[in-house]
Amino acid sequence: MWRTVARRTTIMIPQIVLLSILVFLLARSMPGDALTGLIDPSIDPAAIEEQRVKLGLNNPWYEQYWDWVTNALQGDLGQSFRFKMPVTDLIGERIANTFWLSLATLVITYLIAIPLGIISGRYNDTLADRMITGYTYIGFAAPLFIFALLMLWAFGFHFGWFPTGGSVAPGMEPGSLSYIMSKLYHLLLPATSMALITTVTTVQLLRSEIIDTKHKDFVHTARAKGASESRIYNRHILRNSLLPIAAFFGYEITGLIGGTVFIESIFSYPGMGELFLSSISVRDFTVVTSLVLLYGIAAILGALLSDLILSMVDPRIRIK
Amino acid sequence: MLKLSTNKASPQARPRQPADKSPSGLSIVWREIVQDKIALVSFILVAAVTLFVYVTSLLLDQDQIVRVDLFALKQPPSSEFLLGTDQGGRDIFGQLIIGTRNSLTIAIVVTLLTGIIGVLVGLVSGYFGGTIDNLLMRVVDFFMILPFLMVVIAFITAVPNYGITAFTLIMTAFLWLGIAKLIRSKALQEREMEYVQASRTSGSSHLKIMFVQVLPNLSSIIIVTMTLNLAANIGLESGLSFLGFGFPESTPSLGTLVSYARNPQTLEMRWWIWLPASILILVLMLCINNVGQAVKRAADARQRKG
Repeated sequence: MWRTVARRTTIMIPQIVLLSILVFLLARSMPGDALTGLIDPSIDPAAIEEQRVKLGLNNPWYEQYWDWVTNALQGDLGQSFRFKMPVTDLIGERIANTFWLSLATLVITYLIAIPLGIISGRYNDTLADRMITGYTYIGFAAPLFIFALLMLWAFGFHFGWFPTGGSVAPGMEPGSLSYIMSKLYHLLLPATSMALITTVTTVQLLRSEIIDTKHKDFVHTARAKGASESRIYNRHILRNSLLPIAAFFGYEITGLIGGTVFIESIFSYPGMGELFLSSISVRDFTVVTSLVLLYGIAAILGALLSDLILSMVDPRIRIK
Repeated sequence: MLKLSTNKASPQARPRQPADKSPSGLSIVWREIVQDKIALVSFILVAAVTLFVYVTSLLLDQDQIVRVDLFALKQPPSSEFLLGTDQGGRDIFGQLIIGTRNSLTIAIVVTLLTGIIGVLVGLVSGYFGGTIDNLLMRVVDFFMILPFLMVVIAFITAVPNYGITAFTLIMTAFLWLGIAKLIRSKALQEREMEYVQASRTSGSSHLKIMFVQVLPNLSSIIIVTMTLNLAANIGLESGLSFLGFGFPESTPSLGTLVSYARNPQTLEMRWWIWLPASILILVLMLCINNVGQAVKRAADARQRKG
């Protein structure tokens, strides 16, 4: 087991190096550099040139890459020229919001997926199963942003049940109970909108797993021993069918990354995705590239997590 | 293969063919679509929308539709403007037609390009195997892990002369990977088959085996992937355009029409601007997916209905 973990983790290193090179090249090809936002146009070009030399902007690309990597490892991702503050601090402000949004989405996703998957798998080819399958068909085809817009239109504007933007009501005391309640209230609609779409793959997966497991020999054995139907389903079948879903968990994280960008933009929710889009529109490229780097690392870690869970629950696929 | 699928359909229903010839891939697909009522309706709907949009957009004057008209700002639907006008006084109905045509065109082009590249790379990589295959798949794995949306948006911002060509190429650059991986795994299985070895022993070249003998056996899986990808690409294009990273401002697309809803006032008060395009995207993606599912069943003889 530990050898698998070590092997799989080593594969990650070249992936992260490749990612960092990609992001670095992206950063360089974007217009402007670290000085563009800071300087006054009336400064003498010779002085700018002197600064460029001092900051190492005229060095060959591999030296610049090395400087950038060492700085990034020390937590220095550069300055945001829009907010005139270090990118690390800026992202630190937003990361918590995106984290809560993702967590709420994951919780709701599984709250929906597990009961629906069980019903649809246990009673397959009944009316309930057909309705659930119909829902997964539609959810699979519907793009997230359109569904989220419709949800915002209906429940945010038309019925006015939920706030239409922000992460917390203004003028709240941080840490107080009403502050936390307000945060939850603001999370509910965006997280539910995303979860209703992301959950369909898990429902489909769980359904087909349960239908497969139903005909396994050990289920017949359990039934022959006289175990009750509910015991067979809850203990014997569900446990085996949940394994692939557990393994899918890491990839859910990758899916959430794309989703939060849309959701945060539609619900004007101040998270990292919203920061990403607004930074592009004001050409604050240090922030943009740093976010691509962070999201890329998150996705690589998610894939690692999935592979590790999978090798833990299924010894056959451990890397030799 | 044929015997497994004969459980429901009467022998008269199938097209007349010599007994020793198995039906071609396309005729199996077509039969499966006709058997599945939902898929048939979906297919007719998509075909009708496509035909209508391409024919009508020939008759429409695009310059006139995208011209700002200050006397007709934000008009609700009326007999003059079937679906009202936007904040620039432009007719929504006309934009919807041209937008659908643009969105469909780009989705089709991207699907074809990614299909060609993915099939070529996957076939060669899987058929030959070895070091190149190993290396190639590592790279493909890496790019598939990356958060597609962010990386594509970052590339779109970094490209200097951004236009429709650049958009198509960036989409293509990231979307052929999945197809290549799929085709590669199928080609790996296929090359172990006896017919490949037999052909090799009798002196066929690698090129002939790959493209004349292996490729036809993968055709059904390629058709399935391309159909499902077409739906996904419509969603991707409209999603990117919605965020402002798809078609340039002056070119209407389904996504740009929906993106007007990012203004809360438009979202709340002026449904005619964004709702029709949203529904059209939903319907198109749902229908193409339905057809895709029927095609998928056709590709697997055990699941066929007819």
